[in-house]
Amino acid sequence: MASEFTSTIGQPNALSIGFFFLFVAFTLGVTWWAARRSRSAAEFYAAGRSVTGFQNGLALAGDYMSAASFLGIAGLVALKGYDGLIYSIGFLVGWPVMMFLIAEPLRNLGKYTFADVVAYRLRQKPIRVAAACGSLMTVAFYLIAQMVGSGSLVHLMFGLPYETAVLVVGAVMIAYVLFGGMLATTWVQIIKAVLLLGGASVMVFFVLRHFGFSPAELFRASAARYGDKVLAPGGLVSNPWDALSLGMALMFGTAGLPHILMRFYTVPDAKAARKSVFYATGLISYFYVLTFIIGFGAMTLVGQEVVAGFDKGGNMAALLLAEVTGGTMFLGFIAAVAFATILAVVAGLTLAGATTYAHDLYANVFRRGQSTEDDEVRMAKRATVALGVLAVALGIAFKGQNVAFMVGLAFAIAASANFPALLMSILWKRFSTFGAVCSIATGATLAVGLIVLSPTVWVDVLHSPWGMAAPFMLKNPALISLPAAFAAGWLGSVLRPEPDAEQRYAEQKIRNYLGVGAE
Amino acid sequence: MHHHPDEAQFAALVRARWSVSLTLTALMLAIYFGFIMVLAFRRDLLQASVGGGMTLGIPVGFGIIVIASALTGVYVWWANRSYDGAVRRIVADMQSGVPSGQQAGQTVKGAHHG
Repeated sequence: MASEFTSTIGQPNALSIGFFFLFVAFTLGVTWWAARRSRSAAEFYAAGRSVTGFQNGLALAGDYMSAASFLGIAGLVALKGYDGLIYSIGFLVGWPVMMFLIAEPLRNLGKYTFADVVAYRLRQKPIRVAAACGSLMTVAFYLIAQMVGSGSLVHLMFGLPYETAVLVVGAVMIAYVLFGGMLATTWVQIIKAVLLLGGASVMVFFVLRHFGFSPAELFRASAARYGDKVLAPGGLVSNPWDALSLGMALMFGTAGLPHILMRFYTVPDAKAARKSVFYATGLISYFYVLTFIIGFGAMTLVGQEVVAGFDKGGNMAALLLAEVTGGTMFLGFIAAVAFATILAVVAGLTLAGATTYAHDLYANVFRRGQSTEDDEVRMAKRATVALGVLAVALGIAFKGQNVAFMVGLAFAIAASANFPALLMSILWKRFSTFGAVCSIATGATLAVGLIVLSPTVWVDVLHSPWGMAAPFMLKNPALISLPAAFAAGWLGSVLRPEPDAEQRYAEQKIRNYLGVGAE
Repeated sequence: MHHHPDEAQFAALVRARWSVSLTLTALMLAIYFGFIMVLAFRRDLLQASVGGGMTLGIPVGFGIIVIASALTGVYVWWANRSYDGAVRRIVADMQSGVPSGQQAGQTVKGAHHG
């Protein structure tokens, strides 16, 4: 029906550039406002713990709903139908688990980073170094994936050169984090979350209008055009072990993402932390339901051929649908929202990386806890600039590379290096420094090592060196690396017990469950 | 200032917290990995038509999304109704230094009053 339609995507669109400048100007205004309230460490890292549960729920959702998941999942649904929903479900189910196991203890025991919790009763230096490695690796891989994705998306959307796009993202993001710290970053996430959810809702409204506001009618129309297969699972999950492994990485990785965990310190107490996960889960659920309908809308109203013709990964499906249903103006708005989404996610990641460097490494390792708060914030700001420059450089260096595996890798490291040590330090009295270091090192090494040996990197990126088949058969390593990290944590703690730490467990429990003495 | 919480009450609080959390976690794991296993081994079940042109897979998929949100709601509801009150009572006893004399277990489970 829409096969002859010509899109303006890829040409500079004055409206979308206008919307984008409006967003940037407004958020820089917010940053200017936040700058005066981002001087102390608690203000810079944790927005002075002044964010409400609902606001943090929106910000968490904002951090999690990346452009990759908005455009990528909508595209996957448009081209493959039902299989896209399987991805959404995987990305969602980590949230309840994070609430049940991690959110409140994290808020009560920590200050700025999750390493605070692991290091609570263990020896600072080894724990901080190990946890910082886990955090920085997670942040780095996630950041590279986002930067490379953003460069190509912006190029596709606006026709802007890839390098320029990466530079603009880097420069604006540095401004948010450097001047406005966590407060500005939180408000950028909130604004972007509201815009994204609002824009997607309007798009779903436009789509459903074509089908008498009946999703069933939409599904029927899709099946009539592309066959019943689009309404049922296809070949995405064929190897059960692969599926299990990816499922574990997504489920437990969410509870190990440093930029997400850091958000729990922005609220006043554990009750608000709990509340914020409730709101975040609801908002993210709603978002994935919208992307599913948007995907089917694009499949039916735009057509799979057109979607695949623009980008074989389907990444332009949501934008094409915006144009078909709402015209150039709506396209401009959605494209600007997608760009804003990229900015916000990248800013959240950079702040998490800078905090890890300044708080865990600089203050607690290099200066052995002797630095002042001012020193720490100054270091965090320098780290922000350094990380921003690095992100731009890596974004340009990895141009055109297949980096899709990097998000999976970030989740695998988060699930294997960060999550087991965090959970064991909360729940297990006999967990020792040696055990924690063993757990983090094992989780990180196995996650990275196995993914290099897996078909994902060995075949798709390295093109099978020496003509060898991939030595490790699973696409995601979590099935092995996550249990191994728990086992290493147990073994290390049994081999090198730490009576001091065991004694302090009673005090840790009082703070953990009663919130007594929490920051 | 270093008062200790009443041991029996505190132990009951921690036990109640983890029995609720771990039950909900187990439920979420079972639902999600159950779904994955059905996808891997019995995909045909989800391909079955449920009338109106829809397959069983669509309501099941949306159902999991709704359940995931609902479980977080259950936890918040439990924590607001039961856990927070028990924490307040234990902390109040700690600060006054006088055990309230309440029986263990009553603090968490019998939290119907304000």
